[in-house]
Amino acid sequence: MTRNIAASTGLDRAGASRRSFLKSAARTAAAGAVVAAGGGTAIAAEGARHKGPNPANVPPEVAEWSRHLGAGVTDFPYGKPSKHEAHVIRRNVEWLTADKQSSINFTPLHELDGLITPNGLCFERHHGGTPDVDPHDYVLMINGLVDKPMIFTLDDLKRFPRVNRVYFLECAANSGMEWRGAQLNSCQFTHGMVHNLIYTGVPLKALLEEAGLKPKAKWLLAEGGDAAGMNRSIPLAKALDDCLIAFKMNGEALRPEQGYPARLVVPGWEGNMWIKWIRRIEVGDEPWLAREETSKYTDLMADGRSRRFTFIMDAKSIITNPSPEAPLKHTGRNVLTGLAWSGRGIVNRVDVTLDGGRNWQAARIDGPALDKSLVRFYVDFDWSGQELLVQSRAHDQTGYVQPTKNELRMVRGLNSIYHNNGIQTWLVRANGETENVEIS
Amino acid sequence: MSKFRKTFTGALVAGSAVVSLVSVAVAGKLGLGREASPQEIAGWDIDVRPDGQGLPPGKGTVAQGESIFIEQCAACHGEFGQGVDRWPVLAGGLGSLTHDRPDKTIGSFWPAPSTIYDYVRRAMPYGNAQSLKPDEIYALVAYLLYLNEVVKDTGFELNQKNFASIKLPNSGGFYDDDRETSEKQFWQKDVCMKDCKVDVKVLNHARMLDVTPDRKKSPKVE
Repeated sequence: MTRNIAASTGLDRAGASRRSFLKSAARTAAAGAVVAAGGGTAIAAEGARHKGPNPANVPPEVAEWSRHLGAGVTDFPYGKPSKHEAHVIRRNVEWLTADKQSSINFTPLHELDGLITPNGLCFERHHGGTPDVDPHDYVLMINGLVDKPMIFTLDDLKRFPRVNRVYFLECAANSGMEWRGAQLNSCQFTHGMVHNLIYTGVPLKALLEEAGLKPKAKWLLAEGGDAAGMNRSIPLAKALDDCLIAFKMNGEALRPEQGYPARLVVPGWEGNMWIKWIRRIEVGDEPWLAREETSKYTDLMADGRSRRFTFIMDAKSIITNPSPEAPLKHTGRNVLTGLAWSGRGIVNRVDVTLDGGRNWQAARIDGPALDKSLVRFYVDFDWSGQELLVQSRAHDQTGYVQPTKNELRMVRGLNSIYHNNGIQTWLVRANGETENVEIS
Repeated sequence: MSKFRKTFTGALVAGSAVVSLVSVAVAGKLGLGREASPQEIAGWDIDVRPDGQGLPPGKGTVAQGESIFIEQCAACHGEFGQGVDRWPVLAGGLGSLTHDRPDKTIGSFWPAPSTIYDYVRRAMPYGNAQSLKPDEIYALVAYLLYLNEVVKDTGFELNQKNFASIKLPNSGGFYDDDRETSEKQFWQKDVCMKDCKVDVKVLNHARMLDVTPDRKKSPKVE
C-alpha cells in the first residue's frame, strides 16, 4: 500500500518490514567509564572506538612520527584526507531507493565545520547514474525562442567573463523522511542533502544574450546530458537574475557526480533545478510540465491539491553537533554548532534553545554571512550533564522565521514530501548520547 | 576586426564604471560560440509540452503499446503498471490523493500526457534511454492511458493530432506556489525568547523505528 510513495520517492516513513536494519549509531554510543580530562569530565560516550592515547606517543615519550620520515611529495599527487578520517564519508540509506543509480547519498554534516563543503563530501542525487562526460565532446546548446540558436564548447564558456559565488544547494527532499515524525536517528540522513560551495562560472544571462532572446521568451527548459535527460522549467527572470553555468567548485573542476564539466546554478532554489551535465537550454513562452516538476517536486496538500513551482528553499537550520552521530563527550565546556541557510537571502540571526524551546538565546554566527549561502553558528556553553533538548531557529533578511514541524504540518499536512524546513530537535541524554525526537 | 574593437571599447567603458558584485558587464555580444544547425537541434531537441509542441510525427495503439510495455517496461513497472519492488507504480490510485497513503500515479496525479511522452522519450527504458522510436512511444503512452482508464478501447490510436486533446484526471489539481500568502505567519516580527513554554514532552523517538543504517556498516572506501 505504501509502496508507491516509497518506490517513486523513497521518502515514505519506513514500515515494520524495514526494521531489521542494524541499530542506530547512537545506540552503540552507550555510556561507559568516566575518564579524567582537562577542563571538565570526559564521558566515554564513544568508548568502544577510543581506547585512549598510546603512551608511547605522548609526553614525555617522543612520538613515532617525530622520529621517522613521513610520506614524500610524490606519494599523493592528489591529496586525500588523513586515514584517521576514513569514516567521514557520504552514506546512503539502502531502503530509500530501488537501485544505486537513481539514488541519493548524504553529506556528513556532523563531521564538518566552517561553511564550505569539501568536494568529495557533497551529497549526490542523480536519476540515471553519474555520466562520464568527455570535456572535449562537451557542448551546451541554446535553442528555441532565440535570434540565433547557439552551440558553446567548454572552451567557449570559459571565454565569457567569469564570476565567483558561494551558494548552498539543498535537495527539496532534504528532511522529507521526517514529515510523519522522527524517523532517522541521524544528522547525516535527516539533513545531509545540502552543500555549500564557491562556484566559478559565467552568468547564464551572458549566454542568453549571445543567442539573443525573442520578445515572447518567458521560460527556459534546462536539460542534462545524463541517461535521465533531467529537465526542468525555469522562469526566465530567474535565469537573467543570478543563474550561472558553473564549471568549477571550490576552485577545481566540478566533480563528475556534481555535473562535470558544467552545471546550472540556481541560487536559493531547489537542488533538482540545478541541472548537472547541462547539455541544452531551450527558450520558450510557457513551462513544460516535465516529470520532475509535476509527478515529483510538487507538494501534495491535505486537500488533495498540489502546489507546483515551489522553487525557493525556505529558511532552515540544523544543529550538527551535538547530534546522533556526534554525542557530547564532556561535561563542563562544550561547543554547540550548526548551519543555517535561506533561499530568500542572508540568514541574519539564529536562535538556539537548550531546554526544548522554553528559553532561547542568539547563537554566534561566525564567518561570512552571504546571500543564499550556509552560515555557521555556535553556542559556547557549560554542561552539567543534565538532559538537553536542543533546537535551532533561523531568521532571514526578509523576516521569515523557521517554523516548527507542527506549524508546517498545520498548513501542509503529512504528504507533501518536499520542503520540510521545520525545526529539528535533538535530545541529549545525561551520558551525552543524542537522539532525534519530536517534542510538544 | 571592427567587432573586436567595439567589444574592447565596450569593456573599457564598463571597466571605468563602478564594478558591482551582482552584475558583470557584458558589452553586447562577444562573438563566442557558433550557430547550431537545424540537424544538430533536431537530434537533441526532444522535449514535449502539454500543447503538443515538440511531438514528432507518428502514431501508436494501445495494443501495440501493451506488447512493447511487456517487453521493455514490465520487469520494473509490472505488467499492469503496478510496480515491482520499489520501482514506480504507474497506474491506479485514483481518488487517493487525500488518503493517508496516497498513490501518486499517472492516472491519479500527473497533470498532462505530454509529461509521459517527454519522460519516456528522454529517460526510458531505464538504462537504455533514447532508444525508442516515436511510434513506439506513442504506443506506450496509449497503453499507459489505457492502464489508467483514460482511454477505454484497446484499438485506440494516439497520434500527433489527437495528443493534445487527451486530458488526465488530475490536470486541475495543481496551483502555483502561494507560500508567501498561505504561510505568511512564518514572517514574524517578534519571536518569544524567554519563558515561552511551561511544559515540554518528548512525543516521538526516531530510535523506536530502528530504520537508521548502522554507521559501522559503511560503504567501502578505496
